[in-house]
Amino acid sequence: MNRKRLKIFEKVFGVVLFSSSTVTSLTVLFIIVFLFNEGIGLFNSTPVEKKYQFIVSNNNTVKELSSKQLKDIFNYDITNWKQLGGSNDSILLFTINDLSTYFTDDELGANFEYLPSKINELIKKNPGILAYLSDKYVPEHLEGHVIPLTKISIKDFVTGTEWYPTSEPAPQFGVLPLILGTLWVSFGAILIALPLGLATAIFMAEVASQRLRNILKPVIELLAGIPSVVYGFFGLVVLVPLIQQLFNLPVGETALAGSIILGIMALPTIITVSEDALRTTPTSLKEASLALGATRWQTITRVTVPYARSGITAASILGIGRAVGETMAVLMVTGNAGVIPHTFLQPVRTIPATIAAELGESSYGGLHFKALFALGILLFLITLIINTSVELIKSRKRS
Amino acid sequence: MTTTETINTPHVSHMHKVETFKAEAKGVNLYYKDFHALKDISLPIKTNQVTALIGPSGCGKSTFLRLFNRMNDLIDGVKITGEVMLEEQNIYRKGIVVDELRKSVGMVFQKPNPFPKSIYENVAYGLRVNGYDHKDSIDEIVERSLKQAALWDEVKDKLKKSAYELSGGQQQRLCIARALAIEPSLILMDEPASALDPLSTAKIEDLIYELKNKYTIIIVTHNMQQAGRVSDYTAFFYLGELIEYDKTKTMFINPQNIKTQNYITGRFG
Repeated sequence: MNRKRLKIFEKVFGVVLFSSSTVTSLTVLFIIVFLFNEGIGLFNSTPVEKKYQFIVSNNNTVKELSSKQLKDIFNYDITNWKQLGGSNDSILLFTINDLSTYFTDDELGANFEYLPSKINELIKKNPGILAYLSDKYVPEHLEGHVIPLTKISIKDFVTGTEWYPTSEPAPQFGVLPLILGTLWVSFGAILIALPLGLATAIFMAEVASQRLRNILKPVIELLAGIPSVVYGFFGLVVLVPLIQQLFNLPVGETALAGSIILGIMALPTIITVSEDALRTTPTSLKEASLALGATRWQTITRVTVPYARSGITAASILGIGRAVGETMAVLMVTGNAGVIPHTFLQPVRTIPATIAAELGESSYGGLHFKALFALGILLFLITLIINTSVELIKSRKRS
Repeated sequence: MTTTETINTPHVSHMHKVETFKAEAKGVNLYYKDFHALKDISLPIKTNQVTALIGPSGCGKSTFLRLFNRMNDLIDGVKITGEVMLEEQNIYRKGIVVDELRKSVGMVFQKPNPFPKSIYENVAYGLRVNGYDHKDSIDEIVERSLKQAALWDEVKDKLKKSAYELSGGQQQRLCIARALAIEPSLILMDEPASALDPLSTAKIEDLIYELKNKYTIIIVTHNMQQAGRVSDYTAFFYLGELIEYDKTKTMFINPQNIKTQNYITGRFG
């Protein structure tokens, strides 16, 4: 009887364990599918909201326009169709707001009943016209033709240098500045955190007495427990003004500020992982070195650190991983300018900060919304690569 | 027996040749915190002889061995009294530089512990850490040390290969070569063959026999036959005390102490 109950209990327990792990795996899978499902939609869609059209004269030979070209036309950086591979006609930009410069109210009629024919007339008369019109103003018997827009490609997305997701009429979804911003800040963070973290790890593993270690270890773990917004707050109030004064900058919100804050945040990971790695160096190797007359410092640099090399590499990659994905603190201190950085003293904008800052203002299901999800995919892939390489390094060490 | 006596009575030294010791423990006590691990040990280590330290596990023989290159210093809470002489200098005197001392004492450990470096760099390590970086003479010393350790013929074509590609026995001979490269005046061996197969063990034992011509060796061993084969003198330790010390032949044929006799004949241990 008792044995039977035990068996039932074990079975139930097994089912609970199984379903927990199933739920966990499915959740992870669901999130990834959701991310890709939303983000992939950006690609192969036209960069302009659906209910608007670009219309050109029938004689125009230009096949299609990209979002980038549209932006240049609207900024008057491109003024002739020749520049786009068409005939030598200067571009005449026409939007519905320009109506009054061409036509009087009388010509259009009291209820705009003559509008379609007038627009047709305009298109016919000007071979260089580019009309940007809402669907409802497009004449039924169009005397020109709608010019198709280049679809957003993955290549343009990744290599584009401009991120103006809300600009009208041609939003720009180039994420290169964001990728570079993320990499700059993370790289800077690791430059700061690795020497400091490695030194601390060596100190804790090889030099510090047991008592000192017992004090240091919880302090470092405490560092890992501080919420990132607090780091950001500290950075904004202390670090940013300091950098501004120190380098005599117009603003202190720079890549450097982000790197320092992220470096501090990556320290616990780097210290803990490298200390563990240093501790795996067999005592017999250290003794062999000391017995040959090596000093403690020589033993550390020639035996202990080389032996723990792969663990230390893993630690720094994990630290980069922490830095790449960090959002709040970076958002607060880096200034968020979406331009390609050239020095550490410029404001930068990172991928996670962009998502956090802009998701709230994007319309659900819109292009901007999808672009942010595509950024999410990118971030996911970067961290996936990072984690995979850590696993590879670890497994290489085991073999 | 002590040097002071010889000085006081010079005529004695004419009759008995004065024996100089490579190393000597004089009334050494060692404590791990509250544990009295070595109890008033006095033991001479004779030049160009192999001295075996035997005794059951935990008797203090390895601890005693590690007195001679001060490896016990690495353990927290160790306290040592008495004197340990090396080349007639007390190595526990104030002001001694321990790294310098360790250069003149080679050590071979229980398990082969080559560095994760090339065969060549393993042997050269002791030279490099001591600021020796003349390439030609390092080449020379590496070759000489590997020859002395009877390993040269097996590795001369793969000096740049990792030491981990060698077999256990070869690794242990590499560790011996590594110790020889710094030209120590004393070699400490802590059960050097305990992790090896019989064939590799035989090679190590032959090697010890060869090295005796140039070096003074102290060897800790669990293996009575090995002690009998390789050593000239044997010291039997039991519970932190030195029970008996004599010529190996004498001790193995006619032990004075019943504990020694029981241990040697395998009645305990």
